[in-house]
Amino acid sequence: MQFMLLFSRQGKLRLQKWYVPLSDKEKKKITRELVQTVLARKPKMCSFLEWRDLKIVYKRYASLYFCCAIEDQDNELITLEIIHRYVELLDKYFGSVCELDIIFNFEKAYFILDEFLLGGEAQETSKKNVLKAIEQADLLQENIDFQMRLFAGCQRSRDPAQRAGGNRTDINIIFIAIHTPPISQLLCCM
Amino acid sequence: MPAVSKGDGMRGLAVFISDIRNCKSKEAEIKRINKELANIRSKFKGDKALDGYSKKKYVCKLLFIFLLGHDIDFGHMEAVNLLSSNKYTEKQIGYLFISVLVNSNSDLIRLINNGIKNDLASRNPTFMNLALHCIANVGSREMAEAFASEIPRVLVAGDTMDSVKQSAALCLLRLNRTSPDLVPMGEWTARVVHLLNDQHLGVVTAATSLITTLAQKNPDDFKTSVSLAVARLSRIVTSASIDLQDYTYYFVAAPWLSVKLLRLLQCYPPPEDAALRSRLTECLETILNKAQEPPKSKKVQHSNAKNAVLFEAIALIIHHDSEPTLLVRACNQLGQFLQHRETNLRYLALESMCTLASSEFSHEAVKTHMETVINALKTERDVSVRQRAVDLLYAMCDRSNAKQIVAEMLSYLETADYSIREEIVLKVAILAEKYAVDYTWYVDTILNLIRIAGDYVSEEVWYRVIQIVINRDDVQGYAAKTVFEALQAPACHENLVKVGGYILGEFGNLIAGDSRSSPLVQFNLLHSKFHLCSVPTRALLLSAYIKFINLFPEVKATIQDVLRSDSQLRNADVELQQRAVEYLRLSCIASTDILATVLEEMPPFPERESSILAKLKKKKGPGKLPDMDDSRRSVNGSTEHSENTDTTNKSSTHSFTDVLNLNPAPSSGANLLIDVFSESSAPAAATDVSEENFPRFVCKNNGVIYENQLLQIGLKSEYRQNLGRMYVFYGNKTSTQFLSFSSSVSSSDALKSQLNVHSKAVDPMIEGGAQMQQILNIECVSDFSDAPVLNIQFRYGGALQNIAVKLPVMLNKFFQPTEMMSQDFFQRWKQLGAPQQEVQKIFKAKHPMDTEVAKAKILGFGVALLDGVDPNPANFVGAGVVHTKTTQVGCLLRLEPNVQAQMYRLTLRTSRDSVSQRLCELLSEQF
Repeated sequence: MQFMLLFSRQGKLRLQKWYVPLSDKEKKKITRELVQTVLARKPKMCSFLEWRDLKIVYKRYASLYFCCAIEDQDNELITLEIIHRYVELLDKYFGSVCELDIIFNFEKAYFILDEFLLGGEAQETSKKNVLKAIEQADLLQENIDFQMRLFAGCQRSRDPAQRAGGNRTDINIIFIAIHTPPISQLLCCM
Repeated sequence: MPAVSKGDGMRGLAVFISDIRNCKSKEAEIKRINKELANIRSKFKGDKALDGYSKKKYVCKLLFIFLLGHDIDFGHMEAVNLLSSNKYTEKQIGYLFISVLVNSNSDLIRLINNGIKNDLASRNPTFMNLALHCIANVGSREMAEAFASEIPRVLVAGDTMDSVKQSAALCLLRLNRTSPDLVPMGEWTARVVHLLNDQHLGVVTAATSLITTLAQKNPDDFKTSVSLAVARLSRIVTSASIDLQDYTYYFVAAPWLSVKLLRLLQCYPPPEDAALRSRLTECLETILNKAQEPPKSKKVQHSNAKNAVLFEAIALIIHHDSEPTLLVRACNQLGQFLQHRETNLRYLALESMCTLASSEFSHEAVKTHMETVINALKTERDVSVRQRAVDLLYAMCDRSNAKQIVAEMLSYLETADYSIREEIVLKVAILAEKYAVDYTWYVDTILNLIRIAGDYVSEEVWYRVIQIVINRDDVQGYAAKTVFEALQAPACHENLVKVGGYILGEFGNLIAGDSRSSPLVQFNLLHSKFHLCSVPTRALLLSAYIKFINLFPEVKATIQDVLRSDSQLRNADVELQQRAVEYLRLSCIASTDILATVLEEMPPFPERESSILAKLKKKKGPGKLPDMDDSRRSVNGSTEHSENTDTTNKSSTHSFTDVLNLNPAPSSGANLLIDVFSESSAPAAATDVSEENFPRFVCKNNGVIYENQLLQIGLKSEYRQNLGRMYVFYGNKTSTQFLSFSSSVSSSDALKSQLNVHSKAVDPMIEGGAQMQQILNIECVSDFSDAPVLNIQFRYGGALQNIAVKLPVMLNKFFQPTEMMSQDFFQRWKQLGAPQQEVQKIFKAKHPMDTEVAKAKILGFGVALLDGVDPNPANFVGAGVVHTKTTQVGCLLRLEPNVQAQMYRLTLRTSRDSVSQRLCELLSEQF
């Protein structure tokens, strides 16, 4: 895999992971082009497309597009399931993940990805093992941070708006519903 | 899982992110960010030492700002500091920042490497993993140099934790991709291959990727992996899905690992050992059988994972191309998918079948699906799927179905998406030519192409139809009649006017007997289009007119009147004016005999490969196009070829069997067909390549590369990493115009794969005393020693001039200088100690031995000049990295002058012998 991008329906980049060396300028150009191309595609179209000399594999989960660029020899379907497994991992870690979780805890999204994919290849495909690794890391800090977290009021709320730090109404909060087909069953909370 | 945010809450970060999200405009966002940057800057600069938490928070904010798309130019030091924190989350944020914002600042790299080194040595698996992830994410050369020898040890050590092994394997894979020269596998090979037997499936998954990458480069070293991979695969495909516990994904046993193992096997031919081979065949059969079983789950994840393995198995079957039963079964399976309700599966089936079509065993089986594929072309709603259908039709086309496939493609072309029209046009043109038995069909097809998609018919296509008509006298009359009819349409495409003008100019006499297409009618028809056309087409039409004068004396007066009109003789365009004047004079003064000789029918074109196919290849990129001339095909294609040759030879002196030969065409002037006066249609005979000034450009980028009485060629060039741009200035030293000016760059076959040179088109005319600029874009793909040649052709006062100049694009142009300290230098010097890596040359000084001049030359050569490295101050020491697209090659050099003997000794060490050799040749000529 050459890179992975997560972006919203509005075209906002939420996560970018590059497995080949590229300049910042090139990365921006690629991102711009791809986001445009993928957003222009209609639902029900196939999840693969040729782009430059790469194959793009993408899938939409609620408001987020997950988009991977793979090489000619790589397997499209297994890449589609890499995306799904990553979404499952995020979902399990955050508990019904939504776009806001990824915005506010972007560093976690990167850490989870690193445990799952490294150098563009699947490193550990067992969900249990990946989550165990992340939890272990979290535990290392749990005791020290516990007090601080209570103090800072960062206890996770079930209400995504509160999770986002306020009862704001302008944010498009949508759970990434992974166990149901996307699009048709968005769980809109507001 | 507890519903508590894991790890650490950073309140300040959350507030900041909320603020950014609240910004109503881009300006507001930038304002908020600048405020935050100022705040962080002052915190970092402040006297009060920051605690780890604050440092982490601010670094994390910077990271967020960077990921939003803003530039960050500070905070690297603070991030590096976090690496040495003993708090995990602080360390983690530090690593994340470094992974995302790599900086080539060498001081920092040293500190980062130090942090990594400590964590690698910590024996704490969590810390070791962080360090390995960072190396894998950054993957820079510096890191490869520091850790490439350490990581294999971690990978195969008996006491390494499984999770660390996994990270180490993929870390090594990444380093091998970026700096293969620095990852010595030798002694570790056997133990790495043995990881395929590991108990832990996660380790096997990671190791399989690594072994595949290594096996692609050195298949022989990893041959033993084949039997282990087959054994492992066999255990997976026969296991009950429950056996593999968490590695079972939606009832599919270890799909990722299966795909990777099948991929690894594609690095090798079918196993020779009979037992192993039958075991593998069994595996593949089992996978094919499973596709027929009812699904164990309705979830799309189940079918995707299952089919991912199936497609990879089919890819392996096609790669082996040795088991007819498996190939046919694969084809039938894909045939089922062609009508599947999942768009994704239809897409992949079309794609996969494309490669299947090129196997002699399954070509016929693929053809049975033609109707389905044609239907897909008509009904698929997704353009990317239709594109695959076009590709497949192209791949399955042969003599038996060519007419139908070409007809379907033509009818699809009428409604095809703009983005793929040009490609379809090329494909139709190639198929029509390749499978034409009856050339009238070919002519009809191409004229249809122009009618339906004239804008997408490139020069190559219409040049080609003219070449074929000229070379085949059995089709000339038909072609003349057909173009004449096509031109009757009130609005016809300019490309049709070009083809029509050319063909009627040559063969109009063949239909002139019919009063409906008498010479005058033909002329009036052509001339009615004249005013709607662009200058090059008008020029071509003028040539057709003068040819008419020769063919039909009865219209001479009419045509002379046209040529004599002010709109021709005083045309603002010089080319048109000149043609009008010359043709008019020619028609007035030349006798009929002379006229007939000058304007004789064009001789047959020399055998020439189809530039269309080359163009299609270029468009699709290498490897994307099923190779039509694949040797495998010749088994069932041989009869067609011979019969093709027979028919061709009967009617023409030239065979077209090499029409699809992929060797690029000899470069010919772009005006080849427009210019009927050209003495011969063959490209001008090879001229001597001027290389006299070539060596002068080794150490400099600008200057005059060629000069004669007529023309001066100057160069300005700039290079960055593996890319370069060269500005070529053509100065006309005379007071007369150069006409039909063309310049192109050609490379030897070997050089073509090593260096890409793309030249922009130039104006065909340079005024007297004027200068014209041409831009060449250069990309170095891998190391090379040849140089491209610039071919220039132009007409000066009627005489055709040919000039060829060796272009000074040398390997050292892609140098990036590297500064390093004495200690580093000698360490690396020792590392590059293998005998073939060093090249030494002792030679006599050709120029006065001046220290400053020598320094300037070494700097100009592209390397950094290192002071204080060599104990003898009279010696010069340099270092640099040659950047190519595929790899980077570090280079160290030392030049020792001996003033008394007037000699130099030059020593070069690089990791690649061909590079050492070439650089030494180049540099030693300079002193």
